[in-house]
Amino acid sequence: MSVRVVDVTLSSVTKRFGEKESPVLENVNLEVGRGEFVVLVGASGCGKSTLLNLISGLDVATAGVVATSARSTLMFQESALMPWLSAGQNVELALRLRGFNKEDRIARAEELLAKVNLSNAYGKRPHELSGGMRQRVAIARALAQETPILLMDEPFAALDAITRDLLHDELIRLWQENGLTVVFVTHNVREAVRLGQRVLLMSSRPGKFIKEWKIELIEPRRIDSPEVAVLAREITDELRMEIKRHA
Amino acid sequence: MPSTPQEHSSSDTTQIELGLDALEISNVAGRKIGERVLKAFSPLVALFVVLAIWQIAIWMTDVPNYVLPSPGEVLIALHTQWSSGALQSAVIRSFSRGFEGFILAILIATPIGVVLGLNRTLRNIFGPILLGLQQLPSVAWVPAAIIWFGLSPATIFAVILLGATPSIANGLISGIDQIPPIYLKLAKVLQANRIQKVRFIVLPAAGPGYLAGLEQGWAFAWRSLMAAELIAVSPALGIGVGQLLDVGRQLGDMSLVIGAIFIIMFIGVFVEKVLFAPIRLRTLRGRGFV
Repeated sequence: MSVRVVDVTLSSVTKRFGEKESPVLENVNLEVGRGEFVVLVGASGCGKSTLLNLISGLDVATAGVVATSARSTLMFQESALMPWLSAGQNVELALRLRGFNKEDRIARAEELLAKVNLSNAYGKRPHELSGGMRQRVAIARALAQETPILLMDEPFAALDAITRDLLHDELIRLWQENGLTVVFVTHNVREAVRLGQRVLLMSSRPGKFIKEWKIELIEPRRIDSPEVAVLAREITDELRMEIKRHA
Repeated sequence: MPSTPQEHSSSDTTQIELGLDALEISNVAGRKIGERVLKAFSPLVALFVVLAIWQIAIWMTDVPNYVLPSPGEVLIALHTQWSSGALQSAVIRSFSRGFEGFILAILIATPIGVVLGLNRTLRNIFGPILLGLQQLPSVAWVPAAIIWFGLSPATIFAVILLGATPSIANGLISGIDQIPPIYLKLAKVLQANRIQKVRFIVLPAAGPGYLAGLEQGWAFAWRSLMAAELIAVSPALGIGVGQLLDVGRQLGDMSLVIGAIFIIMFIGVFVEKVLFAPIRLRTLRGRGFV
């Protein structure tokens, strides 16, 4: 039996934003194995984004240990593309900061844009692209960093349903092709079931994991398949109960 | 679980994606050449109206021409200066002084702007001085500069620098303040070091504010230069446009005075339209603002 490699470990992690504030995250434990696709679901204010910031190193835990086996990259709800650079140059920027020379940079950026089906968009500025295209450029930029761990903070929340479905397919394909470890945060339960191998439900104030589902559905799954709907229903019921608790 | 008939293959996904992309990309046609020419010349309408009102006022009143000359007399005065070559050399002298001073001001103001823009503590300490300098009309420095540097080009450059530098630095600082925080967060995610962050993210992101500061800096440099030239008159300094204005005053030549005022305004507008407007348009259009 092969040994399971763990890419992300959180043990007894607590996060407070002020000394007298109540904690946003309290005593959170999480292990994400290499190549795993984990989705965190919860209501607003449950500290999902904070958790990703801690894993990515953008923020530091108040108590507990956050450990990652390798560097990670983070994607946001906004594409955060630089408006003064073209789509291709945005991908190039990530490569440039890794020390690629100009020639390699351009070749690699072209390759990465092709991976997200945007070969024709190299010279387009972000404002000339649709929301879905911008997010795909952001994915290409994240892939350019070649970090084994990909953290995603509601990356598809602002997209229309058709585009979101496509990006789900696209993300699953890239995850499988590149053997990435993905931690995906969303408040959309169906999205969670569509994507994750494991879905973790978080409570709010303080945020901690209250329930976990392992998803063993046949691939490729669709967001409108009945089995996705059934499980999503179950998780939504739990989430509603959790939200009612705060009434 | 058997797969449902609607399930689509990977190539199918690609096709749908390409179709959506094609539908969602906007193709905005550029402005037609005729429209552009019309737009470029439309300010001439205002000039014509001003000249017409001026000329009508001359015809309808009997103001002596040493108080208000007609547009034609002003044109003749300028033409006389042009024929002797005095006008050209004054314009070239003033313009090159102004431009050199402006470039020097950019070199000084940019690092100051970056440091104060990114460092709260330093900004709290030095920000008010910079703001105070910006509020102070730089003509106030002329007497001091004459005492320190005498009637030399150094006096004129000192006044230009004190006029332009604070505007440029403050423009850059406000440009940095307006950077959406997500870009700075991204700098961390992309693991940029401090210099890379300034070069690839902070400076370009602050571009529009920096540009506004540069435009204001140029206007201040040009104004300061004219003030300095008007006050610091000496053979060692030669004749610039400001000194030309002063010559007109001394000779009681109102046509030359008004002519020189027009030249000063014209150069200001010329630099704005020819140098800054295209850069501004490119910057804003590239970011999807216009």
